[in-house]
Amino acid sequence: MDIPHAVFVDPFAQMIAAPDLLAQTIWEGFVGGALYSLIALGFVLIYKASGVFNFAQGIMMVFAALTLVGLHEKGVPAFVALALTVGVMYALAVGIERFVLRPLVNQPDIILLMATFGVTYVLIGFGELSFGGDPKSMITQELYLPSGSINLDVLGGRVQLQKLDIVAAAIAILMVAGLALFFQKTRIGRALRAVADDHQAALSVGISLNQIWVIVWFTAGVVALATGIFWGARSDVSFALQVVALKALPVLILGGLTSVPGAIVGGLIIGVGEKLGEFYWGPLIGGGIESWLAYLIALAFLLFRPQGLFGERIIERI
Amino acid sequence: MFYREAGQFKTTYAADMAIFPIRQDRYGLAVILFMAFVVIPALGNQFLLNTMMVPFLILSLGAMGLNILTGYTGLLSLGSGAFMGVGAYACYKLDTYFPQVNILVWIVAAGFVSAAVGVVFGLPSLRIKGFYLAVATLAAQFFLDWCFARIPWLVNDNISGAIEVPTRTLFGLPVTGPTATPATRYLVVLSIVAVMTWIASNIVRGRIGRMWMAVRDMDIAAELIGIRLLRAKLLAFAVSSFYIGVAGALMVFLWLGAAEAEAFNINQSFQLLFMIIIGGLGSIVGAFFGATVLHLLPIALRALPSTLGVSIEAARIEQLTFMITGILIIVFLIAEPHGLARLWATAKQKLRVWPFPY
Repeated sequence: MDIPHAVFVDPFAQMIAAPDLLAQTIWEGFVGGALYSLIALGFVLIYKASGVFNFAQGIMMVFAALTLVGLHEKGVPAFVALALTVGVMYALAVGIERFVLRPLVNQPDIILLMATFGVTYVLIGFGELSFGGDPKSMITQELYLPSGSINLDVLGGRVQLQKLDIVAAAIAILMVAGLALFFQKTRIGRALRAVADDHQAALSVGISLNQIWVIVWFTAGVVALATGIFWGARSDVSFALQVVALKALPVLILGGLTSVPGAIVGGLIIGVGEKLGEFYWGPLIGGGIESWLAYLIALAFLLFRPQGLFGERIIERI
Repeated sequence: MFYREAGQFKTTYAADMAIFPIRQDRYGLAVILFMAFVVIPALGNQFLLNTMMVPFLILSLGAMGLNILTGYTGLLSLGSGAFMGVGAYACYKLDTYFPQVNILVWIVAAGFVSAAVGVVFGLPSLRIKGFYLAVATLAAQFFLDWCFARIPWLVNDNISGAIEVPTRTLFGLPVTGPTATPATRYLVVLSIVAVMTWIASNIVRGRIGRMWMAVRDMDIAAELIGIRLLRAKLLAFAVSSFYIGVAGALMVFLWLGAAEAEAFNINQSFQLLFMIIIGGLGSIVGAFFGATVLHLLPIALRALPSTLGVSIEAARIEQLTFMITGILIIVFLIAEPHGLARLWATAKQKLRVWPFPY
């Protein structure tokens, strides 16, 4: 009797008793989820356009943040460093396209996945070699990102919103909207969708695959930079951050590998779900369940929809 | 010239179906086994045995297990590190509850525990495929990781939160714990790995292996020709987890001597996955090649600067090793996407027809 009560009744009673706490938890989950969505977005972009499951997305995020901070440490002004980092991400995209993707075109998915593991290793080694392995703090002030918090009086209590989180969520939403527009309305966006649909058909109407890949990897790099700035501001910039990128995988799977809106919805479900779970049910079994709850939520959804919520239906033919 | 099977006639079906139908292969294997069982323990120093050979063999065994699942059955798994952990913790619990029973029994039993856990986490594989399954196995990885770190019962409430391996003997010689000599450990590990390799190579070329490969190539088609997917996939999960679990038990008991939950984290899973992809998916010998590249090569890279007389900081070497490993992974993939095992097969074929390739 005790255990069902503790699992099914108590947490909800707590939620109703303290709605402000619930609102706070949901807000935190929302912000976390928006940032997961951003990482997942990087994965989706690349997966859609080149069919590569880009494991290096997480490390690209760390690498971008590290480059930004590292350049600033060497005395480059913040916004020049930002521009230079964008340049570095472009060079990275060109390099990956030239030396990894082009020689491996037409290989099975798992080989391409493996190649991105190779890229991960190179980036870890190179990043540490150039900027050192110690955790650094993000240059929030120099980039004019706000700090501090706003207190809102809601539901008879107080909810604390970090200004940084608000900006992060806003930028996440803006980037997603911008990318959606880019995909739907521009010439390059249309070419990207054509490549995603069918490589050979796209080639035959004169779309340059190589160029498209550079563009996609570069876009993913910029997304990684934005994500890196905000994750870096929430904690330190170090290679430990790549664990966060692993959290984007359940988001991705939940939303469907090929869907941009899926990445958003998945991110929010996972973000809010894991915060609520950790806060209300976590103490029952000793806490720390955040590390695997996201995967379990994703797994539960997958059992009902094996292609994710918004993924393209998997049709199998003999 | 020397590697040619001309004149080796098979007179029975059994001879034709032997693992090594070519005489030179049998000689080659005999030489390798002689080197492994006699020469290396006789000449090897502690560094060679403890830091190179024992981990190499254990990782090969784990990679072989993962290869059964990913390479032969086509189910991508990122949870192998956790299954190594299941084996290690199961072996530890069983051994400390019943210390009088032979340690080898518990190592095998730990494999069965791991197999059972593997079957449970394999159940979603019936509905979920490809990368989606890979992420589902991550659920197993993180959940089990959390269990290892958070449940003190698993380590007998040790304050350190780590497994501490007690001393156990075999034929009167200590094989685990701090008093065991490297040579004894090496020989025990080698024997287990040799036997399990032999079993695996027979499983994968028999009915079960063909069933797995049919599932890998196209599971719907396999179902249509009468393969029961549930049984085939769960069997793959069970056998694979058994191998990985035994590897995990060996890793803690005969190599590390003590281990925390950290040892079985996601990086371990990735390492095994790298090994099979570099070594060759769907190949037993590939597991050994993969372990060579990913375990022995970094050791060699680290030793290189000091042998050349160049002095570089330790941290620098570590970073360079990372980079070089990454570059090598990409280079290997570009040179031969099917892994070193395919390269090996090509080389053997070239040797067979040399010097007249047409």
